[in-house]
Amino acid sequence: MIVAESKPIKELLEMVKGFKKILVVGCKGCVTVCNVGGAKEVAILASTIRISGKKEGLDLVVGEHTLERQCDPEYIDELKDIIGDYDAVISIACGVGPQFISERYPATKVFPGVNTKFMGGAVEHGVWSERCAGCGTCVVHLFGGLCPIARCSKSLLNGPCGGSSNGKCEISSDVECIWDTIVLKMMEQDRLDELMEFRPPKSWTTARDGGPRKMIREELVK
Amino acid sequence: MSEHKAGSNLEKVLSAGHFAFTGECGPPQGANVPHLIEKANHLKGVVDAVNVTDNQTAVVRMSSWAASLILLEQGLEPNFQMVCRDRNRLAIQSDILGVYAMGIRNMLCLSGDHQSFGNHPESKNVFDIDSMQLIHTVKTMRDEGKFLNGSDVDVAPKLFIGAACNPFAEPFDFRVYRLAKKISAGADFVQTQCIYNMDKFREFMKRAVDMGLHEKCYILAGVTPMKSVGMALYMSKQVPGMDVPQALVKRLRGAGKGKAAEEGIKFALEQIEEFKEMEGVAGVHLMAIEWEHKVPEIAERAGVLPRPVV
Repeated sequence: MIVAESKPIKELLEMVKGFKKILVVGCKGCVTVCNVGGAKEVAILASTIRISGKKEGLDLVVGEHTLERQCDPEYIDELKDIIGDYDAVISIACGVGPQFISERYPATKVFPGVNTKFMGGAVEHGVWSERCAGCGTCVVHLFGGLCPIARCSKSLLNGPCGGSSNGKCEISSDVECIWDTIVLKMMEQDRLDELMEFRPPKSWTTARDGGPRKMIREELVK
Repeated sequence: MSEHKAGSNLEKVLSAGHFAFTGECGPPQGANVPHLIEKANHLKGVVDAVNVTDNQTAVVRMSSWAASLILLEQGLEPNFQMVCRDRNRLAIQSDILGVYAMGIRNMLCLSGDHQSFGNHPESKNVFDIDSMQLIHTVKTMRDEGKFLNGSDVDVAPKLFIGAACNPFAEPFDFRVYRLAKKISAGADFVQTQCIYNMDKFREFMKRAVDMGLHEKCYILAGVTPMKSVGMALYMSKQVPGMDVPQALVKRLRGAGKGKAAEEGIKFALEQIEEFKEMEGVAGVHLMAIEWEHKVPEIAERAGVLPRPVV
């Protein structure tokens, strides 16, 4: 899933300062699963904004709405009858959400309520970890099913570097050295010959480096 | 390894069978040429080549190619270092051509410390290619006259290709294989991380020799004399992939006030003596960090002077 974290409330309040009618829009997708952008968080954020407005003697109108998904125009359409009642929208979906809303409702001022972090998953309750860099050409099978592009600090394809120590990355003892894990796993599986194979420079054309990406499935295009 | 690939002094010294002795010089954090020259001059006639570091520890310094050229003008042979952290493959290949065009003949290929270590942690890391691929890139340009995209290089850069090797990083069992991989990729010589744990290094070299790696590549043992107990503690605790045995810390401490530096040099000299005899070790790479003025004394006491003229 796409993992995000809430923006600091101070930053958000600063963003929407001066607006009287604010709509907070959540998403039932990834951000609900990682507890930052679902209906519950919409309610909390809306009430925080109301309280802060009251403190300043302002009677803010703060609406709440949570869409099935914000990465699908058909759900974004749901806002068409209510969005005109507000002068600002805070989307607490991933970075896709505020953009889809902005594109669909060009007259509306849209603000991002979360910082989108990465593609990953929950490794324990309350802890999420990156797994995919979206490079567009998956090669995890070459590395024992683990991705060095997303998980090595230097995206080494022929690791590990000289900074690997006690299974940790040189940048921090909080960061796992994925190459340590890859090597131990592959040696355990008697796959040293695969590790010894030279992995040539990767073509980044399918990654973001090749420019903004688009996918077209002809059979699905109406 | 009889025919010269680049014809650098370092290559000639090694191929003639001499025990090589290389040094290191970090470019200044500014354009202070006199300071660089002053530091480098301590190494003149004392080492076979001088490693010129490339924004080491991810701190911005004068570019390694520019500092390498200054050393060259001073009559020293540079070992131009390049890291993959700051350049994509276009910049890498053009810099390779540039340094060769200007007379540089040795190049050390490194991944580079992550930028989070340095003084611009906000920067984007590049790592378009890794150190293994960098070694292979230089080799392909030199021996096949081809760029990474397969097109022809108009006058190939004849560089003596170096790589780094850290026997003390983990997983230990894979380290010798990683060295073999770098040799297959094109490394002509390697310089190891600073060695303090001699037992571990002996074991590493035994494995390297068993695999015949010393016959395919010159292995230079990395030595950094400890200047103080504080430095030893810092190296053991703060520098990733560094293995400083407690016995060494104890020895430096035991030397008494004001005598730790001399004890550090003594330990380095003992190491060099052992490396001279150790099977598979072709030389020593002395990294006297901000201690360049001590190198002539260390070289003298290590009995590696005068340097061979080849």
